[in-house]
Amino acid sequence: MGCIEQMKYEVLLKNTSFKECREYVAKNFKEVYKVKPGYKMFDVYLIGVPPISIGVDGDDVIFPYTKPCYGTFLLRIRSEEEIESLRKGEVP
Amino acid sequence: MSNALFLLGCPESPVQTAIALYLANGLKRDNIDVTVAGTKAAIALLKVSDPEGNYVRKTVDLDSCIENLAEKKVDFDLCFVFVRNDAGISYLSTLSSISDAKLFAIVFGRDADALASMIDFECEKIVYKTGHNPVPLKKRIDRVMKWDA
Repeated sequence: MGCIEQMKYEVLLKNTSFKECREYVAKNFKEVYKVKPGYKMFDVYLIGVPPISIGVDGDDVIFPYTKPCYGTFLLRIRSEEEIESLRKGEVP
Repeated sequence: MSNALFLLGCPESPVQTAIALYLANGLKRDNIDVTVAGTKAAIALLKVSDPEGNYVRKTVDLDSCIENLAEKKVDFDLCFVFVRNDAGISYLSTLSSISDAKLFAIVFGRDADALASMIDFECEKIVYKTGHNPVPLKKRIDRVMKWDA
């Protein structure tokens, strides 16, 4: 997972599909942002079918992370910085 | 000289490496420069199958490729995305968003038809439900690339 692997993260869903991740985020989080594929978070470029849904819960961001052989994971990582960028609508 | 990117998926199905080498050979014949992006295992399969680089000379790590496309440091005329699972659809959609290349989806494996039905954006679909025998997919590629004339 590149630099994400070095971070403290929680896996909410694993070996799943982008659709299930999108539905999970819509169902479980009130604050949701839609971004395009290629949006940069934690020094990685998000892979997915647009729009990619990113949830915010307290100081945590919840986002899909795709690996070719393992499908999509829905991860939760603490980052006030990334939340700030999402709220400002910044495109890194 | 125009150029093409192959974006390989999980190399679990043997069809992928065979089709990638076949397609690279055809494009080379058409004077199209090919770069292949993929996981370490997918690239290793290609390099072991083509040790002298007769078909594929340029390879790039998948994450670096996405980064360079997203940052507009590079782009291609043609892009062939190999799709055999849901992650493949995610990569295909991403390429559709971050690249201006003419996009081809090579969809195979047991879920090929279901995966192909998820593609609702502009893209040339080359689809066959096969995991082991590359010949039906090769025939479809020949038709699309007009190599069967």
